[in-house]
Amino acid sequence: MNSGFTIKDIRDGLAEGQFTAEEIFKKYSEKIKKENKKINAYLSTFDSNPLILKSQASLAGVPAAIKDNMLIDGTKCTAGSKILENYTSAYDATVIKKLREAGVQFLGKTNMDEFAMGTSTENSAFGPTKNPLDHTRVPGGSSGGSAAAVAADLAVFAMGSDTGGSIRQPAAFCGVVGFKPSYGRVSRHGLIAMASSLDQIGPLTKNVEDAAIVFETIAGHDKFDSTTLNKAIPEISKNLNSDIKNLRIGVPKEFFGGGLSSEVEEKIRGGIKKLEELGCKIEEISIPNFEYALAAYYILVPSEISSNLARFDGIRYGYSSKNSPSLLDVYLDSRSEGLGAEPKRRIILGTYALSSGYYDAYYLKAQKVRALLRQDFDKAFEKVDAIVGPVTPTTAFKIGEKISDPLSLYLEDVYTVPLNLAGLPGISIPCGLGRESKMPVGFQIIGKYFDESTVLRVAYQLEQSLK
Amino acid sequence: MITNEEIRRIASLARVKIDEKDEKKFQKDLGSILEYIEKLNEVDTTGVEPLYQTTGLVDSFRSDESRGEFKMDESLNEKLIGQAPNKEDRFIKVKSILNKR
Repeated sequence: MNSGFTIKDIRDGLAEGQFTAEEIFKKYSEKIKKENKKINAYLSTFDSNPLILKSQASLAGVPAAIKDNMLIDGTKCTAGSKILENYTSAYDATVIKKLREAGVQFLGKTNMDEFAMGTSTENSAFGPTKNPLDHTRVPGGSSGGSAAAVAADLAVFAMGSDTGGSIRQPAAFCGVVGFKPSYGRVSRHGLIAMASSLDQIGPLTKNVEDAAIVFETIAGHDKFDSTTLNKAIPEISKNLNSDIKNLRIGVPKEFFGGGLSSEVEEKIRGGIKKLEELGCKIEEISIPNFEYALAAYYILVPSEISSNLARFDGIRYGYSSKNSPSLLDVYLDSRSEGLGAEPKRRIILGTYALSSGYYDAYYLKAQKVRALLRQDFDKAFEKVDAIVGPVTPTTAFKIGEKISDPLSLYLEDVYTVPLNLAGLPGISIPCGLGRESKMPVGFQIIGKYFDESTVLRVAYQLEQSLK
Repeated sequence: MITNEEIRRIASLARVKIDEKDEKKFQKDLGSILEYIEKLNEVDTTGVEPLYQTTGLVDSFRSDESRGEFKMDESLNEKLIGQAPNKEDRFIKVKSILNKR
């Protein structure tokens, strides 16, 4: 289904002299100018890029798209919000710095749900992004612009961020690969924070090999993010073919309960069968607290949001309401005019959960359930090497279908949030089209904490066998 | 069920201004979300230590030295202070917080 250039195509094309880095950048720029208005994947584009073209650089000349919540020095960064409409980044995010040093050319910044809050990109202050495969459907979210850009070949790869599924879910809806590394693997310095204990940056790509290459480039300890671990980065992209025979794969029985559409289940069962054919040992397992993960998530995330978004006060940067008579009015007016409905809803919910008298019942309770969920995963990983299942209950839904009911949008995240709560790595790879909707289905592979290597190996070999 | 008064009080604590229409909408939305979250009460968490973060890192220290990356000069100053909506020279202006007698 994926067309256009992969990272390997760019490497080969440059090495064989089929095109220069300038030419391939121009080709993509022109394509974006022509096609972006149909899907609104990009919010802003760059005309040229200062090139660091070391011949040894792993991503030399590769044109990529960046979700608009990562800072690129001297350029606009909106996070999909009116309150940051005119904000200019004062420095490079660590991930941007690493990609720049690896030779990546930045094409532009992609659309997203406001402050990454959403699962459809309909919460953007700058209009929804459309699914390139069917313009009446959402691309997923919150990294919907990044997923759409890759699916429409308006970039070789794109960067996204994942707090509860925001890389994997849009990747599933658009039929591309989306990879969320373990929490603490990739620096969040220069990423506009939503929920700091869950946010993680990762790539959206056309295949698993590209995801491995980008992951190796961006991973590692960063002195500007003290939650990153100082652990060696395994060389994964060269070992994707190493044997997965006899690998133990767990299938949680809770993943196949009510709410999962039959067309998604069919494809997931098909993927599991393929893994069995590849020699993996399939075992049914249990994650008993799976059904409570989403409820815990929707306490913890709004709580962290209410704290993180307190910085948008109309004083130091961003939108500020004119003519407010007092300092308090500056805060109140700037926030109510600058923020959209979903950030407000979550700020109020989070403030409620953290307020005196409710803290123990909500926030503390949720953190305890989170601990139990992590224990469930730890226990499961004593028996298996990886866990598999669906990414989303359904395929891409129609634009406007769910936007008026926040809870129904939250339920979209049911298979993706448990990983963020437990800090685990996970990937979504395409595993065919749904029988009824004819839209892509994503297959999720979940690994042990910091075992991206197994996740990517299983993903790669399943991807090859599904071709 | 969360009351109108509670919504108003929480919104003002969070420095979010809402009108009557928002109030009704938020009351309905938050009501259904909180109802869903009530599920957590089914879980026995007696004696469970909360998991605030997943890395296992404790006390990440670094030496108290300049990391050198951010050297203040006119250009960085302009990028930072220059973006304040209300400013004078190198200072950010805010409204008076003391009332005149």
